[in-house]
Amino acid sequence: MSALRPDLALIARTVRPGARVLDVGCGDGALMAELRDRAQADARGLEIDASNVAAAVGRGLSVVQGDADTDLTYYPDASFDYAILSQTLQTTRRPDLVVEELLRIATQAFVSFPNFAHWRGRLSLMWGGRMPVTRLLPDTWYDTLNIHHVTVDDFRALVKERGWHIDGQWFLKGDRETTHANANLFAEHAVFLLRR
Amino acid sequence: MASLPRSDDSRFGLRRQVRLAGPIALSSGASLGPVDIAYETYGAMNADKSNVILICHALTGDQYVASDHPVTGKPGWWWRLVGQGKPVDPARHFIICSNVIGSCMGSSGPASVDPATGEPHAMRFPVLTIADMVRAQAALLDHLGVERLSAVIGGSMGGMQALTWPTLFPDRVESCVVIASTARHSAQNIAFHEVGRQAIMADPNWRGGDYYADGMVPSAGLAVARMAAHITYLSEAGLTEKFGRRLQGRDAKTFGFDADFQVESYLRHQGLSFVDRFDANSYLYITRAMDYYDIAEDHGSLARAFAATRARFCLVSFDTDWLYPTAESRAIVHALNAGGAQASFVELSSPFGHDAFLLECPELNRVVDGFLRGGRA
Repeated sequence: MSALRPDLALIARTVRPGARVLDVGCGDGALMAELRDRAQADARGLEIDASNVAAAVGRGLSVVQGDADTDLTYYPDASFDYAILSQTLQTTRRPDLVVEELLRIATQAFVSFPNFAHWRGRLSLMWGGRMPVTRLLPDTWYDTLNIHHVTVDDFRALVKERGWHIDGQWFLKGDRETTHANANLFAEHAVFLLRR
Repeated sequence: MASLPRSDDSRFGLRRQVRLAGPIALSSGASLGPVDIAYETYGAMNADKSNVILICHALTGDQYVASDHPVTGKPGWWWRLVGQGKPVDPARHFIICSNVIGSCMGSSGPASVDPATGEPHAMRFPVLTIADMVRAQAALLDHLGVERLSAVIGGSMGGMQALTWPTLFPDRVESCVVIASTARHSAQNIAFHEVGRQAIMADPNWRGGDYYADGMVPSAGLAVARMAAHITYLSEAGLTEKFGRRLQGRDAKTFGFDADFQVESYLRHQGLSFVDRFDANSYLYITRAMDYYDIAEDHGSLARAFAATRARFCLVSFDTDWLYPTAESRAIVHALNAGGAQASFVELSSPFGHDAFLLECPELNRVVDGFLRGGRA
């Protein structure tokens, strides 16, 4: 199996064995397969792209083609231990409502996203006057799927405003975890574990 | 196939037929018995009988899923999915496909002889439902000594049977593959079927269904029914690509009512070739069964219909299928999700409309193969 993306590896390490997991925006099912094979999790997936769904079902996973903005409503309350939203938050139409739904469906929710306040992005805007195109954010402003640009501090503010609880937070720079201090400036990627 | 373990048991093999004493209690309250079932099996049952797959056929289909058709000589209707090296493989699976009751390929239907009178049942045959077809399949499994299905698989009306299986026999089905299908017949679906039935019944040869004695069958009506239905199996884009407005074997319009256009000629051919292999009364009965089909109505709600089963589900729709569009599959998936069932669903892309489930589609094979193997992981 190819190596998991760093944020997914981190989530895979944290999920309790045997847990019921809903992976929202599960892609080709790489994380689900890991959770199933290593943690004996009961993993289900939701994914918008048909060829990704076909790939995931092709590896024997239970994945439904659908849209996080509209299809989470069909899952009953508290039916999962974890919901996972990895690198999908910034592509949803209403990220706040999607997280609310995750916390209704699952006891805890992992939310991971690229930090748009990373210093490289800031420099690009400040000195270049251009929207950043970086290793983590390789698309230009007109073809990116990221329609809600969020920073670590933005997300923390949303969590506080909605009264959610942070059970864990991790910050990544490249493949490595980085310090919590000044994460808004130095983290390329953030992973939060939330609870309602 | 030579290396496969072969059973001497006469219940297994190609071109089988059995008369079950029954009677089968039907949805209408009537009962049917004895019941003839024509079927085929492929491969061999393993020691713990855990490799059994039931394939369900569509409206005008038959039991020849993976062997040459005895009349037309064409390869099995689902050879792309069922066969050596395919997702459903006789080297690994014990595969059963039976002709639905009400049909005319060897199972009891309006054309078969009523043992009580020595005459064909014709319209005295009881009206059936999709659930009744499934009950007959369950009786066949009893006869074959099969308790549980590793999977039940079907497309179109076959998908309706596959989806009905876990609602009627929740403990006998481990997984369920429903392709290009629906949980109920819509008003539009019923409307198209009614056009077909009226075409048959308007044919002077139909005579209330009693046309078997003199061989004067309502072939014109049945051909029109098939033509109307065939349009619903194709997409507009597919028809345009295949025929456009091209003329058939002529350079100019005739200003008459011959088949000027290729699409007319094609439909006439579809209609005419159909009447050689299908019974008009069977067409009435099976379309009626499909129109009566509504799983939610039978069980109070879709979610309740699946509440008792532990089966895994795989649903596939096609983006150009306007007969059973993606929204129908999605409604099933939502109900399964609400009940916490293990469900997979994907809408595949194909230019071929509803017929896509029978045609070349590598993605479909990949999905079905992965899903079937997933149960063994």
